[in-house]
Amino acid sequence: MAAIYSLYIINKSGGLIFYKGRMDTNDSLRVASLWHSMHAISQQLSPTTGCSGIELLEADTFDLHCFQSLTGTKFFVVCEPGTQHMEALLKVVYELYTDYVLKNPFYEMEMPIRCELFDINLTQAVQKDRVALLGR
Amino acid sequence: MIGTGKIKQYANVLDKPLGKGKQEVSLSAFAFLFSELVQYNQTQVDNISELETRLEDAGYAVGARVLELLCHRDKGNRRETRLLGILSFVHSTVWKVLFGKVADSLEKGTEHEDEYMISEKELLVNRFISIPKDMGTFHCGAFVAGIVKGVLENAGFPAVVTAHFVPVEGQQRPRTTILIKFAEEVLRREARLG
Repeated sequence: MAAIYSLYIINKSGGLIFYKGRMDTNDSLRVASLWHSMHAISQQLSPTTGCSGIELLEADTFDLHCFQSLTGTKFFVVCEPGTQHMEALLKVVYELYTDYVLKNPFYEMEMPIRCELFDINLTQAVQKDRVALLGR
Repeated sequence: MIGTGKIKQYANVLDKPLGKGKQEVSLSAFAFLFSELVQYNQTQVDNISELETRLEDAGYAVGARVLELLCHRDKGNRRETRLLGILSFVHSTVWKVLFGKVADSLEKGTEHEDEYMISEKELLVNRFISIPKDMGTFHCGAFVAGIVKGVLENAGFPAVVTAHFVPVEGQQRPRTTILIKFAEEVLRREARLG
C-alpha cells in the first residue's frame, strides 16, 4: 500500500492554510513558505517562456507532487517514491476544496481551513484511493 | 420548449399557462448564493439568534410563495383543511419541488400533542456547510424552518418551526430535525373537525 507522508495547501501569498501530516506546526509553516518561494523562483529560471512552476520533485526517499490552481492556490503532497496517481489525487483534493471550503459561509478567504466536512471527505478520498496517510 | 409548430402568442401575459419551468438548478450556484446570504446576514446582526431569525424570515417569504404556486400548479386549487393533510403536503410535495426528493420521515412528537417532526439525514442547504465550534447550536436549516413556517402559516395553520441537530450513534454527522409546534387554535379546530 503506497504511502502519503503529508499534504499541504498554501494560499496565494505562500501562507499555509491546511496541513495533514506529523510535522511540528512551525516546521510545516516554514516548509510551506520555502516551497512557495522555490515554486516562484523556478518560474523565472525556466529556459522556456510560460513556465507554470515545479510540478514534480523526485528525491531518494520521497516524491513531491504540486498542483497550482488558476487562482494561485497550491496543493502539494509528499509521498513515497514511485507512487502512482498523485496528480489525480491532487485534483480530487482541489474539488473537495471548492466544494466544502469555498461554499462554506463561515470560511474566510486565505485563512487556515477549519471545516469539518472538508476533513471528513478528505480522509475518505485518500482511503478510497487505497493509499495511507502516514506521518513521518 | 422545442417544437416544430408556431408558438401560440398570447395577447395578455396573464393568459399564458403557468409552465412547469426548469426542473433543475445548479447545486453549486445555489450553494454559493446561500453562502452569500448567510455571510451578508452575519454582518448585519450582533448575535446568533438574530442570525437564525433573519434566515427564518428569508425562508418565510419563500414558503408563502411556494404554497401559492404549488396549490395552483399541483393541487388544482384545492385547500388543505386537516393537519395531517397539510403536513404530508409539506413532507412530500413541497420537499419534492424544492429539494428533488421527499423528506426522510414525518413523525408525531411523543411528549406533546402539538409537536410534529420532519427529519432528514442532511438538509440540501447544509450540504457544504461546516458550522465552526464556537457557533454552538446555530443551524443554517433555520432557512428551511422558515420555508415550512411560511407554508403552514399561509395555509391557516400557525406554528413555531425550528431546526435542530440530533446526534445519531454510529454516525459522525448528526441528523437534522425540523420541529413544528402548532398553535392552540389549530389543535382546537382539529379536535372540532373530529
